[in-house]
Amino acid sequence: MSTDAHAGRMTEVSDKFGITPEDYMLPARHMINLLDPDGTLRPQDKQGTEPGHEYPLPSPARLMEAYSALVTGRRVNDQNSALVRQGRMAVYPSSHGQEACQVAAALCLEEGDWLFPTYRDTVAVLTKGVAPMEVMTSFRGEWHCGYDPKAYNCAPMATPLTTQLLHAVGVAHAAKLRGEDTVVVAMCGDGATSEGDFHEALNFAAVFNLPVIFFVQNNKYAISVPFSQQSAAPSLAHKAVGYGMAGERVDGNDLMALMAVMTRAVRLAREGNGPLLVEAHTYRMQAHTNADDDKRYREDAEVAEWKAKDPVIRIQSYLDDAGLLTEQATAEITEKAEAVAKTLRDGMNQDADTDPRELFEHVYSSKTPQMAEQQAMLADELAREEA
Amino acid sequence: MTTTTSRVNPNVSDATARAAAKAATENQPVTFGKALNTALADALTAEQSVVIFGEDVGTLGGVFRITDGLTARFGNERCFDTPLAESGIVGMAVGMAMNGMRPVIEMQFDAFAYPAFEQIASHVAKMRNRTQGRLPLPMVIRIPYAGGVGGVEHHCDSSEAYYAHTPGLKVFTPATVADAYLMLREAIDSEDPVVFFEPKKLYWSKEQVNLEELAAQYEAGKAAETEGKARIARAGSDATLITYGPSVSTCMQAAKVAAEEGISLEVIDIRTIVPFDDESVAASVRKTGRAIVVAEAQGFASVASEIVARVQERCFHSLAAPVLRVTGFDIPFPAPTLEKYNLPSVERILDTVDQLQWEA
Repeated sequence: MSTDAHAGRMTEVSDKFGITPEDYMLPARHMINLLDPDGTLRPQDKQGTEPGHEYPLPSPARLMEAYSALVTGRRVNDQNSALVRQGRMAVYPSSHGQEACQVAAALCLEEGDWLFPTYRDTVAVLTKGVAPMEVMTSFRGEWHCGYDPKAYNCAPMATPLTTQLLHAVGVAHAAKLRGEDTVVVAMCGDGATSEGDFHEALNFAAVFNLPVIFFVQNNKYAISVPFSQQSAAPSLAHKAVGYGMAGERVDGNDLMALMAVMTRAVRLAREGNGPLLVEAHTYRMQAHTNADDDKRYREDAEVAEWKAKDPVIRIQSYLDDAGLLTEQATAEITEKAEAVAKTLRDGMNQDADTDPRELFEHVYSSKTPQMAEQQAMLADELAREEA
Repeated sequence: MTTTTSRVNPNVSDATARAAAKAATENQPVTFGKALNTALADALTAEQSVVIFGEDVGTLGGVFRITDGLTARFGNERCFDTPLAESGIVGMAVGMAMNGMRPVIEMQFDAFAYPAFEQIASHVAKMRNRTQGRLPLPMVIRIPYAGGVGGVEHHCDSSEAYYAHTPGLKVFTPATVADAYLMLREAIDSEDPVVFFEPKKLYWSKEQVNLEELAAQYEAGKAAETEGKARIARAGSDATLITYGPSVSTCMQAAKVAAEEGISLEVIDIRTIVPFDDESVAASVRKTGRAIVVAEAQGFASVASEIVARVQERCFHSLAAPVLRVTGFDIPFPAPTLEKYNLPSVERILDTVDQLQWEA
């Protein structure tokens, strides 16, 4: 695609909104924020929206679906942290506090769309429909990712940072070449934006005009390093314009705003307007993992400040005030969350039954003669152990 | 073989396609580069999911012209230029392979593949394993490599050991024109990711090969497999030279000179470093009782070291002398004017043959 073609594409989409290409690519002046921390709907002129960056409120049914997933997500985060303390899970990077981002990243997609999560995005993977025990397989110390990525259109959770963004670009590119309208959401955190692959992925997606939403959860910490030491950029979303794509900032603890922003981003991408970069402002409420001690690098007061902005309480208050949280609805939502938690408890309390001989499977399409020899040697050792 | 060129891209006439096909049938000397180019074209024709991309591979046809004419013939969706970013190229290929394509990508030079190393070692090599075989990555990473062309720094590395050391990758390196064609077709059709090392100095080498006949044989499933099958490049009885890629031709010259001196050297071209053909290599060394491993890469912790270890583990009782190596020195690849002092030469190989404890 020529430079003129890129410019033409931007003009075409910005014309639809009656704004300039610059105003289309630049994030709105203010972060998109529909609900106050206490769950009150903000006045329209305080929502951060502006011409070309309009966000109609999601329907009550959609909000209830998202809220249910949110409650399950919170329950799963807390259940898993408990399982780690009990020694039933090896490690768990909790997304406690970020569940609204998790839910929106998965629910904005339609059937056939792909999700590219990181290790902290278990709740997004769960919301995408992957079975709970399959999602958590790798965290119990298994050697594989646990689920069939093609069955769920969900990539394995990436451990190396931002490498998966390029895979997301590739999946979108392959779909585009075949004339499919697949949209891909590629997730990463604020720390990951320092990696080179972040840059390469955004650039490739823009150059090839691919329907990828780069969804950055700015949770303010990369293990112990605060965002101020990660980047001098006042906003990550503004990096979009440097690649020739549109960016937006959203309150990452505001489920309603996230659903609105992500749904619009997916629609724009599916209509052929190229990739988008969405930065969600949120906070990692717990340590990086159970192996980390966050008291070494941040103050309790800061954590408390964010606790007051909790995403679950916020939407709960709104829905309650709107009369949507009937006793029956609340009971159903709680029951659903408890059922998932029970599945995880029951599953994790059973020891994984892994045959060490399996380690040689799936390295290649068929074993090399050398691997076959090594497998036979291990099998022999195991047989002698058992004898 | 028949070509579907005119159907794929209306800009190329049937007459042009016929002319190209005719040129290929005549038994003229064919270059190594042309064999690779033909293999790519034939793979694009045979399989719609094959896509080729990299730096300068489109309009220009690659800095070595290995992708010459492919964009014009197959269109910009089948062979295209990317931004200048190797990790991006490999990472995007991973995603495309995850989603049904067979990417064949080019790293412009050996040392320029290093920015992509994380993608290759952590994802290309492991995706099949991590997903219990559910997401195989059929893709080929072509890397022009090694010296002998007077290249400047960062353009002449022999980097095969990094990849051979990584489980999940296959590592191919052809040494003849016919193998250039056959091994690239096999690599593209493989269900596993292949790092395909092309010896730069061979790009312009010529042999009498009928590419059309070779293509027909390959597509009929009648061509002998090359993966994991070492090739006896020259039969001999006194000692075995085990080698690959750019060093095969040097070993062939050394064997010729040795024959004039009454020493019969067998030359084994191992073709695929991974998977490695222990059987053929060991059979040769058991027969000759003496062996030298020849490779351009620096010798310390190298593929050559691995081969020596494997040979002595399997052939110890047949050996009349220690297994020796002729490799590049353990130094950064030298400047163009000095590379001849580093590269395994016929003289150095013959000197090493003399050290194989021959009885007086």
